[in-house]
Amino acid sequence: MLIFINGCPMEMVSSYLNQPGLQTHLKYWVFGHMSWAYLDGKHPGCDQSYFGRREFSFTLDNDIYLRFQSFNSASELENSIKEKCPFKIDIGPVYSVDPSKRHAYAQTGDNVFTPVERELIFDIDMTDYDDVRYCCAGADVCLDCWPLMTIAIKVIDTALRDDFGFNHILWVYSGRRGVHCWVCDGKARRLTNEQRAAIADYFHVYKGNENSQKKVSLTGAALHPFLARSYTEVLRNFFETKLLSSQNLFSTEERYEKILDMIPDESLTSELRGKWQDNKRSTSSKKDIDSIRWEQLKTMLQSGKQKVQGLRRCVEEIVFSFTYPRLDMEVSKHMNHLLKAPFCVHPKTGRICVPIDPNECEEFNPTTVPTLATLLEELNMGGVRQEVNDELDRTSLGESIRFFRSSFLQPLLKSCKEEIESSYNTKLQRSKNSLTW
Amino acid sequence: METVRTQRKPLSKEVVVPTLPLYRSPPSLEVRLEDFELFAIDRLRVLKGISDGLSRGKKHEEMEQLEKDLWNKNMRHPQASEIANKDIISHFVLRLVYCRTEELRKWFLSMETALFRYRFRQESAEAQRALMAEFDLPYKAVGSAEFESLRDKLGQVSRSIGQPLPTADAIFYKVPFEEVPELVAGRRVFLHKGHAYIASNQVVSLVGTQFRSHLSKALILTNRKWTSTVREQEKDRLTPIVEALCTSYLGPDYSQPKGFAEISVKDINELARSSFPLCMRHLFEKLKEDHHLKHGGRMQLGLFLKGVGLKLDDALMFWKAEFSQKVSAERFDKEYAYGIRHNYGREGKRTDYTPYSCQKIILSTPGVGDHHGCPYRHFSDENLRAALSKMGVNSRAVEDVMDKVRNRHYQLACTLTFEAVHASSCDSGINHPNQYFSDSQKLLQPKSTQF
Repeated sequence: MLIFINGCPMEMVSSYLNQPGLQTHLKYWVFGHMSWAYLDGKHPGCDQSYFGRREFSFTLDNDIYLRFQSFNSASELENSIKEKCPFKIDIGPVYSVDPSKRHAYAQTGDNVFTPVERELIFDIDMTDYDDVRYCCAGADVCLDCWPLMTIAIKVIDTALRDDFGFNHILWVYSGRRGVHCWVCDGKARRLTNEQRAAIADYFHVYKGNENSQKKVSLTGAALHPFLARSYTEVLRNFFETKLLSSQNLFSTEERYEKILDMIPDESLTSELRGKWQDNKRSTSSKKDIDSIRWEQLKTMLQSGKQKVQGLRRCVEEIVFSFTYPRLDMEVSKHMNHLLKAPFCVHPKTGRICVPIDPNECEEFNPTTVPTLATLLEELNMGGVRQEVNDELDRTSLGESIRFFRSSFLQPLLKSCKEEIESSYNTKLQRSKNSLTW
Repeated sequence: METVRTQRKPLSKEVVVPTLPLYRSPPSLEVRLEDFELFAIDRLRVLKGISDGLSRGKKHEEMEQLEKDLWNKNMRHPQASEIANKDIISHFVLRLVYCRTEELRKWFLSMETALFRYRFRQESAEAQRALMAEFDLPYKAVGSAEFESLRDKLGQVSRSIGQPLPTADAIFYKVPFEEVPELVAGRRVFLHKGHAYIASNQVVSLVGTQFRSHLSKALILTNRKWTSTVREQEKDRLTPIVEALCTSYLGPDYSQPKGFAEISVKDINELARSSFPLCMRHLFEKLKEDHHLKHGGRMQLGLFLKGVGLKLDDALMFWKAEFSQKVSAERFDKEYAYGIRHNYGREGKRTDYTPYSCQKIILSTPGVGDHHGCPYRHFSDENLRAALSKMGVNSRAVEDVMDKVRNRHYQLACTLTFEAVHASSCDSGINHPNQYFSDSQKLLQPKSTQF
């Protein structure tokens, strides 16, 4: 029975999954990323059970979903993947005990099956922006709306590093229309649900649904430094130089009415409306109409003559409404939330979920991300088999893998090693001290 | 903490520290057995009052005043020197009571933390600093050089939350952001490289989080100790008190209907329709329908009727009239009359049983064929909606009631029903079916001097 993933027969998928090169790097990701404890046990301070307590979930064809998969070694994981050929692999938290043994643990009392570590994760999806992008809707993504993801990455990444002090952050293309973020610092993995919710709420600016008119409300005499920085360094410029024109935000009555709805001053909006309805006779080119109207709006709002409360931050509120990152709060708030593993193949598009360099995110193009089909072609064209480890390096995936290893994995492993060594040394010191009676 | 039996032993004249206790470790005091229970009950009134205020959505200033009133009303002691001891003792006793399940622990944690925060806010600045020092917090006061370099940003934060700009001598503290989740969530602090910069008026958040975290761990330990040793050791002395405390109802017990508040059998039908709470209405209707009720239902309805003013002879007549449509008069006398007499204290150990409070009813576990319990808790959504409509509650009010039910505020749901049915507000909230009845009668018969 052939199952097609965006035109690729299932056989191709399993053939892909069986590529030694892929397995090596998947193993590397899994092995390196997940086994902070140095699974090969070289260091006496490492926790041998850590990897075995990590949950994975597999989505197989026929919508079969296998949760609470766990493995005691990277090769066990590899074999299971080859055997079951999952469409999608999700990574969950590290639990207090091996997930496959969870039923043995009573719900009450101290022996509870509960998450103990989990990366801090974020999920941003383009469909949450459907009300502000006119180029596409739903699952589609193009180069006009993709920049919304780019600025989301910039805003959140800067805050995670500068405000929260995190360092080991991996941004990943979700394969179709969004991005995921994995924060892997030890401090982040050990955050409680309450602390995760606090971080998510810190980032929560865009609130509301189709029933609310104004979704961004910036009260207060000043903006919080995080919002101010996001505005001046990223959002304002993006809105004014890119979004206005690429989405033609003021070009039609329907579109500019949406913006006028965000201004709580009738006299002001009717004045603007008047100007714009007359504008059909003006000589300015159609191209500039969005910028021109935006300037007019700004001038009116910032003229200092407002009598109505709530106009102070209106300009910023409009910019934020269109551009500020819209996170899926639930994904970040709970430790037990599963998230798709990096380097998976997206079942509907065939694209590989590759990492995105936050420092170069403006160059990232979702329409040129390698697909499974391309990858297999490249691998098959390889001819004489070279060094197994280098196979994927030669393909379009090579750059992603190199970036992943050098920018993310190596520093992370180094930091984990230091953590283990330092806590081990502290323990040794303590036991030495306690021996002096 | 040692508990001693009856005779009055002078409690040691310890130096009573005027600041807020942190309840770090059980005090080495001797406590009389009566005080063990009484102190705990008084504190429980405070905690329940806070819980009630919060579920009603009272605003912050109202809650602060409520807490003050509750504390002053309940936590006094004739000997001024004993006030602090009462505070500490009552807290530790309640730890025993509320450590035993996840749900109890969660409630106790929330209420004690809320209480602590209100009280902390009322302390002077020096007292607050002293308390902070006791907490062993990972915080540092921000030095003047750092303060100057960050002053702009700190000022921005202040302005963004409607606070005055920090003055040159303002004290700020630097803590890991994990210690102040609620300030981070509300963007009420400046963050830099993982540190939160908190103003002195935000310290309550830091301290509250710490308090909560310590108490949470302590409760787990207490539970372990309780389950493994204390409960068995104290089974003749403290254990029964502890187990009774968490289900204790703290209002009037309606065992003796006041005045000449009697009702006769012929009144019952009408009264059921106008003034019975839903739980009793349901039991009453089922009794009329099936001419039978199982034990749980007989107890719940029977004691309620006693509280409402039905005298023993009338009660016997009432129940017999219903039951004899299914069983013979002899069988009724043999099997059921005894039970009714027992409820009125005329049989067995002659205890005059008290009608069940809402709390007790909510906690009951009706099984197959039972009709007792609290409909707001035990009925399915569909059945509850139908029952409420039958009572005449309008659809808008039904939605409000269902919302309370979803949030497990069963007594508030009943209160809303009362308000809808009587088109009048019930500020005190419903805590007891007999209270529902008497409040209802008060509204319906204002001129009557009975109730």
